[in-house]
Amino acid sequence: MKVITDYLKSLILIELFKGMALTGKYLFKKKITVQYPEEKTPLSPRFRGLHALRRYPNGEERCIACKLCEAVCPALAITIESEQRADGSRRTKRYDIDLTKCIFCGFCEESCPVDSIVETHIFEYHGEERGDLYMTKEKLLAIGDKYEKEIAANRAADARYR
Amino acid sequence: MGIDVIIFYFFAAVLVFAAGMVVTVRNPVFAALFLVLAFFTSAAIWMLLEAEFLALTLILVYVGAVMVLFLFVVMMLDINLAVLKEGFARYLPAGIVVALLLIAQLAVIVGPEQFGLDKIASPAMHGTEYSNTKELGRVLYTEYLYPFEIASAILLVAIIAAIALTLRKRRVRDLMPPEKQVAVQRKDRVRLVKMESEKKKA
Amino acid sequence: MVELLEQSLSWLPGNAVILTVIIVKILVIVLPLMGAVAYLTLAERKVIGYIQVRIGPNRVGPRGLLQPIADAVKLLMKETILPSNANRFLFLLGPVLALAPALAAWAVIPFDEGWVLADVNAGLLYILAMTSMGVYGVIIAGWASNSKYAFLGALRSAAQIVSYEIAMGFAIVGVLLAGGSLNIGEIVTAQQGSFIHWFWLPLLPLFFIYFISGVAETNRAPFDVAEGESEIVAGFHVEYSAMTFSVFFLAEYANMILVAMLAALMFLGGWLSPFEGIPGLETLFSWVPGIVWLLAKCAFFCFLYLWFRATFPRYRYDQIMRLGWKVFIPITIVWLMVVGGLVVAEAGPWFD
Repeated sequence: MKVITDYLKSLILIELFKGMALTGKYLFKKKITVQYPEEKTPLSPRFRGLHALRRYPNGEERCIACKLCEAVCPALAITIESEQRADGSRRTKRYDIDLTKCIFCGFCEESCPVDSIVETHIFEYHGEERGDLYMTKEKLLAIGDKYEKEIAANRAADARYR
Repeated sequence: MGIDVIIFYFFAAVLVFAAGMVVTVRNPVFAALFLVLAFFTSAAIWMLLEAEFLALTLILVYVGAVMVLFLFVVMMLDINLAVLKEGFARYLPAGIVVALLLIAQLAVIVGPEQFGLDKIASPAMHGTEYSNTKELGRVLYTEYLYPFEIASAILLVAIIAAIALTLRKRRVRDLMPPEKQVAVQRKDRVRLVKMESEKKKA
Repeated sequence: MVELLEQSLSWLPGNAVILTVIIVKILVIVLPLMGAVAYLTLAERKVIGYIQVRIGPNRVGPRGLLQPIADAVKLLMKETILPSNANRFLFLLGPVLALAPALAAWAVIPFDEGWVLADVNAGLLYILAMTSMGVYGVIIAGWASNSKYAFLGALRSAAQIVSYEIAMGFAIVGVLLAGGSLNIGEIVTAQQGSFIHWFWLPLLPLFFIYFISGVAETNRAPFDVAEGESEIVAGFHVEYSAMTFSVFFLAEYANMILVAMLAALMFLGGWLSPFEGIPGLETLFSWVPGIVWLLAKCAFFCFLYLWFRATFPRYRYDQIMRLGWKVFIPITIVWLMVVGGLVVAEAGPWFD
């Protein structure tokens, strides 16, 4: 008996019509597309985008060349060379991040004892020439200076979960 | 010269050319494609003869189905032309004799003595209202009913024979039915046997 | 219209006038058809997008309406690549052989009472013959590409088209049995009355089988194994680029529209109004020209194509063959006998 009903069911294409009813229903559903340049999804304060080096309010750069980030970086994207400055403090002579190697895991930010290297919420950046995505200390500090307000706000927003 | 005469000679020329290429061209795929062209142009000539049903059926059956299967086979073959051409010179005289004989026979049979315009009058041209299809159906199912039915029975037998040749026995699959699989108990599968680890010395 | 054209051309010799009028008629059919093909591609992307809760292309022009033009320009500007060791002549002949029958079949399609390029007696047979020629484009393209993927795609597609042609042919035989003619215009007039009089009702199984076979004939989802991208990348047209590719594209969509148009003509009463025979509505809608109804019905079937594609997963190849040979052909043969009986008995509102 079941054989016969199954046969009849397949003959009148009932399941195909069910499937079409389902997709037909979705035709009229509200569309969920985010139209990117005009609309953007909200970003979390933890968003891991372009890197930046921060400074203290008095203008002194935070990085103390401890090389923890260099050590923790799983993609070996960070290269640091340190020197002793005239005032006796240890500072970086060179702080490079190769963004073409970076996997944006955020370990550098996690490992930093002085909150110097951070990942910002900026993700719309590009390089036009070879080497444009090889970030040097100057470039990273410039990004940090430019976006310090947003960076500080994001850190503050996320502070209680850290 | 009317336009239909020009059309006729155009299609006739293409037909003769295509038919010649079918037998002379090297590549069998090209030969098959020229045969398609030959069928198509002869359908066009039939169309000029007001045999539109036959012309369209020729395209539908021969061009649309038979030649597709031909091409199928020919395309999948890897034909070594050198082997095929072996012994061409040796068989040439015999081939020429056979060809000449065939041409002579054709000339005798289909020559103007038997099929000239005085022997068989050219068919009357009908108006646009005349339906070739209807006429053909009427003749097939009245005058030629028995030959038609016999031919179709023979074709049916051929179809059944062809299908019977391709029939294969169903592969026996020993699948374990799930309900039996579920019902299996340990004692059905495992038997513990007590054995001495060493054979006792007799 | 035609008389006006003939009068303005009266200074030409007789045959030239006839020729010009025919060419103008062809252009009047083909140019809107090409436009319809272009916008069917947009409709496809939009409809499938909407079903997948996306909005589809919307960047070129207002709401993406200029997208097909951008696509066409892109395809025209790209380089046509000839694969090495490909048979150059056949490689270029393939797309032409795909497109030519797809367009030639439109010669006998009537758009309204008497609006037809060639009002021939054997119209349906002509369409069957022309659509069966389309397979050559696919086979030749697949073979001439000198690529295994293309060849496999061509073989699959050819076998599929040849198999489904039979079921389709039988479905059409049912229609001509019911309509009593091979002329499409006469088939439509035979359906006059109301939408109950249309042939979809007495020929319901044939109607379904015709349209499903039509989907298979045009190698569309869920029967698109000829270009199954997961197995043979794009099937018979892997090696084609730019213009040659776009010609295949045109042929596929022109065939889709042709199948949709035929379904509308043969089963849904063509240009007849769906409100015919309903007292109030008939007079209310009597001002609508017949071609509008025909195009609306055709658009409905085109939409079905897209709906199918968005709904069904691709068939397995042996299942396609089984469906064609072991399901469709027996059903059509049985239903042909039923239709024959109905016609002899002069049953219902259809055959009396």
